[in-house]
Amino acid sequence: MQKLLEQSLDWVDARYPVKKVWDEHLAKYYAPKNFNFWYYFGSLALFILVIQIVSGIFLTMHYKPDATMAFASVEYIMRDVDWGWLIRYMHSTGASFFFIVVYMHMYRGLIYGSYRGPRELLWIVGMFIFIALMAEAFMGYLLPWGNMSYWGAQVIISLFGAIPFIGEWLAEFIRGDFVIADATLNRFFALHVAALPLVLVGLVFAHLVALHRVGSNNPDGIEIKKNKGPDGIPVDGIPFHPYYTVKDIMASVFFLIIFAAVMFFVPELGGWFLEHDNFMPANVLQTPPEIVPLWYFTPYYSILRATTTDMINVLYGVTVAMGILTVISVKDIRAKAATVIIAAVVLVALYIFEPKLWGVILMGSSLMVFFALPWLDRSPVKSVRYRGWMFKTALAIFLISFFILGYLGTQPATGLSTRIAMVFTVLYFLFFLLMPWYTTYDKTKPLPERVTE
Amino acid sequence: MIKKIIIALWLAIPALSLAAGDHVKLDSVDIDLSDKASLQRGARTFINYCLSCHSAGYMRYNRMGRDLGISDELVGSNLLFATDKVGDLMKTVMPKEVALKAFGTVPPDLTLVTRSRGPEWFYTYMRSFYRDESTESGWNNTLFPSVAMPHVLYSWQGEQRAIFKEHDGIQVFDRFEVGSAGSMSEKDFNGTMRDLTNFMVYLGEPAKLVRYRIGVYVIIFLLIFLFITYLLKKEFWKDIH
Repeated sequence: MQKLLEQSLDWVDARYPVKKVWDEHLAKYYAPKNFNFWYYFGSLALFILVIQIVSGIFLTMHYKPDATMAFASVEYIMRDVDWGWLIRYMHSTGASFFFIVVYMHMYRGLIYGSYRGPRELLWIVGMFIFIALMAEAFMGYLLPWGNMSYWGAQVIISLFGAIPFIGEWLAEFIRGDFVIADATLNRFFALHVAALPLVLVGLVFAHLVALHRVGSNNPDGIEIKKNKGPDGIPVDGIPFHPYYTVKDIMASVFFLIIFAAVMFFVPELGGWFLEHDNFMPANVLQTPPEIVPLWYFTPYYSILRATTTDMINVLYGVTVAMGILTVISVKDIRAKAATVIIAAVVLVALYIFEPKLWGVILMGSSLMVFFALPWLDRSPVKSVRYRGWMFKTALAIFLISFFILGYLGTQPATGLSTRIAMVFTVLYFLFFLLMPWYTTYDKTKPLPERVTE
Repeated sequence: MIKKIIIALWLAIPALSLAAGDHVKLDSVDIDLSDKASLQRGARTFINYCLSCHSAGYMRYNRMGRDLGISDELVGSNLLFATDKVGDLMKTVMPKEVALKAFGTVPPDLTLVTRSRGPEWFYTYMRSFYRDESTESGWNNTLFPSVAMPHVLYSWQGEQRAIFKEHDGIQVFDRFEVGSAGSMSEKDFNGTMRDLTNFMVYLGEPAKLVRYRIGVYVIIFLLIFLFITYLLKKEFWKDIH
C-alpha cells in the first residue's frame, strides 16, 4: 500500500511539480519563529475568502438577480431553503469579518514595517486586493435590493458624476440607466459573483508568490535571511509546515468561535453588520432618513462628507505648507522647481473645481496614499519596537483619526461633526504626508542580531 | 495639547449623537419565542385583523403552522381567507386599487416590520393610536403622525385622547387620557399586543426559533476542537525556542 502510494506520487511528480510546490511553499518555506498575535490575520483572511466563495456559490443557487424578485428571493433563502438562513448569515457575517481581519492584517504591516523593502510589491499587490475587496463588498451590498442597498449605491455611483466633463456620462455608463435599476443589479451581480472573485483569487495568488519570494517579515523587522546556518537555512526560521499550519489551524478554530457567536446569536450586530433599513425593499420614492454605508466604508465616507467649501480653504493651507516644507528639505534645484510647479497646479485646481470633486479626490487619495507608503518611510528600522516617539505618536494619531472618522461616518452630518471630521481628515493625511520627515528625524533604537521572543 | 483636543472631541461625541436622534420614547416589550401559546395568539390576531389590509408576502401559511405547532388542517380550516392552499404565501385579501382608494396608499408588507423598525417600535405603535377628528380616518398616532392607518383594534382598546404640552414653542406629546373604554382592560390589551409583537418577531425571522439552540451546540463543539488543536500545536512547538 505504502509502495503503491509512493509510486503514484512519483508518477504525478514526473508530470507535475507536486513535491517542488509543496516544499517551496510549505515544508521548506522558512518563516521567522517569532510571529505573534498579529501574524494570524493573513491566513485568516484566506480562510474567510474560502468561506465567502463557498457560501456565495450556495446563495447564487437560490438568489434571483432581478429588481422585481431579488428582495423576495433573499427572504425565500431565509425561510424556504433548507439551512438557507445559515448560508446567508455566513455570507453577511463573513463580509464584515473579512474587513475586520484585513484591517488587522494591514495594521500589522504598518506597525512592523512589512511594506518596506524588499516587500514593496507584496504591499502593492495587497493594496490591490484591498481595493478589489471594497469593490466586491460594494457590489454585493446592492444584491439584497433593500432600501439601503439601493440608496447607498445611488449615492456612491452619483459621486462619479463629480468628475469634470465625463462624470455624468460615466455614472450612467456604470448604472446602465439614469438611476440604479434592474440593469445595475444585473451587472453588479455578474461582477460580484464572477469578475471580482476571479480578480481577488488571482491577486491573492500573486500576493503569496511575492511573499514567498521575499520571505515573511517579523515583529522585529529584521531579515532572517541575513543570518543563515551552515545548511543554508535561516537560523531563526522554521518550516511553515508543520509549525505554522498547526498554529494557524488553532487560530482558525478560535476565530470560528467568535464568528459563530455573531452568526448564530447577533447576525445583525445591532445594525452594524445588517442595517435595519435594508429589511425594507428598495423604494425609488422613499429615501431612508439617513443614508450610511456599512461600517467598513465609513472612514472614507466621512472624508468625502468633510470636504466642504471650508475644507477647500484648509487644503490651500496644507498645500502651501507642504510645498514650503518640501522646497526647504530637498537639495536638488530641479526637485525644488518641480515642487513649486506641482503646488501651483494644485492651488489653481483647488480654485477651479468644486468641493464635490475634491471630496471624491480626497476619498480616493485616502486609499491611494497607502501605495506610496514604502517610499514615504525613511526610517533605518522597520518595526515599531525600535522606532522613536515621533513615529509612535504619528501612528497613534492616525489610528485615532481612522476610528473617529469611521464613527462619524455612521452618524448624521451636523455642523460640529463636519468640523471634527475635517480636523481628523487632515490628521489622517498628515500621517502620510509628513512621514518622510518624522521618520528621518526620529530617534531609533539599535536592532538586535537575532529575532527576540 | 493634542491630547486635550482628543479628549475634548471624545467628550463631544455622545452629545453629537444625542443631537441627531429624535426622541420618541419606545416601550419595552418582553419577547419570548419559546412561548408557543403566545405566538399562536399573535398569529390569530395577525391573520384575522392585520392580514385584511397588509400582506406578509414572504411567509407561507404551512411553514408558520409547522413552526407554531398548528396542523395543516387547522390552518386550512381556520386561518385561510385569501387562498385555499396552505402552501401559499400570506398575501392580503385587499386588492391594491381598493387600498389606494380607501387609504390613499398601499399598506406595506409586514413580514419584516420588526426587523426594520424593531419590536419596541411595533409594540409602541400599536398602542399609540388616538382620536383626532382633523384627519381623514379620524385617528392619528403619536409614534407615526398623520399615518393613513385607522385604529383597527379600537373596539378592544377603546378610544384614547393624546394630551400635548408646549415645549420650546412646539407641541410635544405628553400623555394619553382614556376617552371611552373598549372591550379589553388595559392590561389585557397590552398582553394581546405583546403576543402580536412576539409573533411579528417570529414572522420577521423564523430561523430565530432554531438558531440560538444550534449556535450553542456549534460553539461547544468548536471549544472542544479548539482544545484539541491547541494540544496539537503545543506538541509540534515543543522543540522550538
